[in-house]
Amino acid sequence: MGGGLIRAPAMAMPQSGLQIEQAPPFSVPLRFFLTAPAFALLAAMLLAWRAPEVLASRWTPAALAVVHLLVLGFMTMVMVGAMMQVLPVLAGAPLAKPRLVAGITHVALASGTLALAGGFLWSQPALLGAAVTLLGAGFAVFLGAVFHGLARAMGKGAAAGEMWLAAIALAVAVLLGLALAAARGRGMAVPVIAWRELHPAWALLGWTGLLVAGVSRQVVPMFQITPPYPRLLARFFAVAVFALLALWSAAKMLPLAADRAALVPGVMLAAAYALFALVTLELQRRRRRRASDVTLRFWRLGMASLAAAALLWAARLFGVAPEGFDAALGALAVVGAAMSLINGMLYKIAPFLAWFHLQAGGGGRGMHMKTFLAEARQKRQYALHVAAVLLLLGATLGPAVLIFPAAACLGLSALLLQSNLAAIVRVYRRASGHDAGARSAAP
Amino acid sequence: MDGIGTYMMRDHKACDEYFAQADDAATAGDWARVTRSLAVFVAALERHFELEEQILFPAFEERTGMSAGPTQMMRSEHEDMRALLADLQRAALEGDVERYSGLAETLLLMSQQHNLKEEQILYPMMDRTLAAEEQALLARLEAWEAA
Repeated sequence: MGGGLIRAPAMAMPQSGLQIEQAPPFSVPLRFFLTAPAFALLAAMLLAWRAPEVLASRWTPAALAVVHLLVLGFMTMVMVGAMMQVLPVLAGAPLAKPRLVAGITHVALASGTLALAGGFLWSQPALLGAAVTLLGAGFAVFLGAVFHGLARAMGKGAAAGEMWLAAIALAVAVLLGLALAAARGRGMAVPVIAWRELHPAWALLGWTGLLVAGVSRQVVPMFQITPPYPRLLARFFAVAVFALLALWSAAKMLPLAADRAALVPGVMLAAAYALFALVTLELQRRRRRRASDVTLRFWRLGMASLAAAALLWAARLFGVAPEGFDAALGALAVVGAAMSLINGMLYKIAPFLAWFHLQAGGGGRGMHMKTFLAEARQKRQYALHVAAVLLLLGATLGPAVLIFPAAACLGLSALLLQSNLAAIVRVYRRASGHDAGARSAAP
Repeated sequence: MDGIGTYMMRDHKACDEYFAQADDAATAGDWARVTRSLAVFVAALERHFELEEQILFPAFEERTGMSAGPTQMMRSEHEDMRALLADLQRAALEGDVERYSGLAETLLLMSQQHNLKEEQILYPMMDRTLAAEEQALLARLEAWEAA
């Protein structure tokens, strides 16, 4: 019955692209999910070790290392795995050779991120050079596979369009990042000074924001049975954000008066994200499914943080908030918004995939998502994450000494997330009855 | 004018609403009401499966010659959902809160990802390939529902 669930129907191959059932093996996304918490833990340890330097400015070696451990090692790590999983479902765009692509991307992303963080921290040109090679190769393989899959996608709907834009934004962010890291490694001046602003914008407002928004649009109404997103927002959000980001970037590259020219698209970008966050919170308030779960809590925290980050960024653009607020802005955007949303999604995706692949293997009868992970364990991790967000904000806006309990909560939260994900895999392996474990669902 | 895809998507939404009604009752701990609501939900979902398995999938398979393709996958997911529904009804009869909520959560995700694949990919394919016989098929869908 369920045996052929996730298999490509070999007989139907001539109709290429029609295999909407071609979900990748469990091991493909799982390896990314299981690796990500270790990077959050490393970031927390570095945060505690080099606290004054991290808080001093976003350009210090330690701050750059902490930020990249979080955005590449945690966020992008999970997002890459999740994207390989959702492309067939959302866009009818299965990736070719998913195991090979996942294997290369995973190793390159993990080792490249470590090299990059080390290269920043110890100002090591060799490490920065290695990071450029590893991350460049890893993202080239991943993006090549994504673009190839999307180009042959069956689904030409809005979801496929959003995936295109998110992937293009990632490509832009990676190219800028590689140029910046290569320049730093060689002790050269940054080719264009504005690239230092463009790189984080394309990484956060482009890649992260567009993927999160695209996935939210699909799953927020699904998980809690809410009304759909308003038509205009659903149809034009991704295109508008991408166009504004391009305009903002062009303005930033102007030789003179760049900041004034960039003000309008910048403020509109902030407004778009604030609107998206507030609409999501309102939809969740009107949810048909009353029962609250940990994912919902993570998402409310994430959307509230996103709205706050957007307002703070707008205030910075208008010059009404001092530069000292940048650390708080970073904490809100990365830990408060992106990490919360990703963490909440993991608690839906990981147990569901475990259950789904067991069914596909003909097992798992009578099991359900909560047999893989009890809700109480998720709640404990959520509490630690909330504490980490609040203490980080406290440390950036108030007494700096709060950075130590903040780092402790962030690290403990990462450990607990790791142990929760490992628990899911343990139950899965026991139920699937062979030690090949995560690879067992392969055709 | 509504096509086959629109017709079936509306049915997904109706099923979601029945699911939510059973869910409300479970949140309130009213197991008699859960059982009654579940019966309505099961009937609606089963009828939706029948529309696909008896009318739309065979028409699509005949037209495209793909019997081992996406429709086979959708049939197999229907079987998984039928199994979950049976477990869910048993948990409701036993008043097992923890088991009910875990199964309900799983069924919700299973059915939503299933709907997403149909709405994003399969229904648009059907609207394209079955355009010529659309009116006849819509009439058959309505007749089946009225029966």
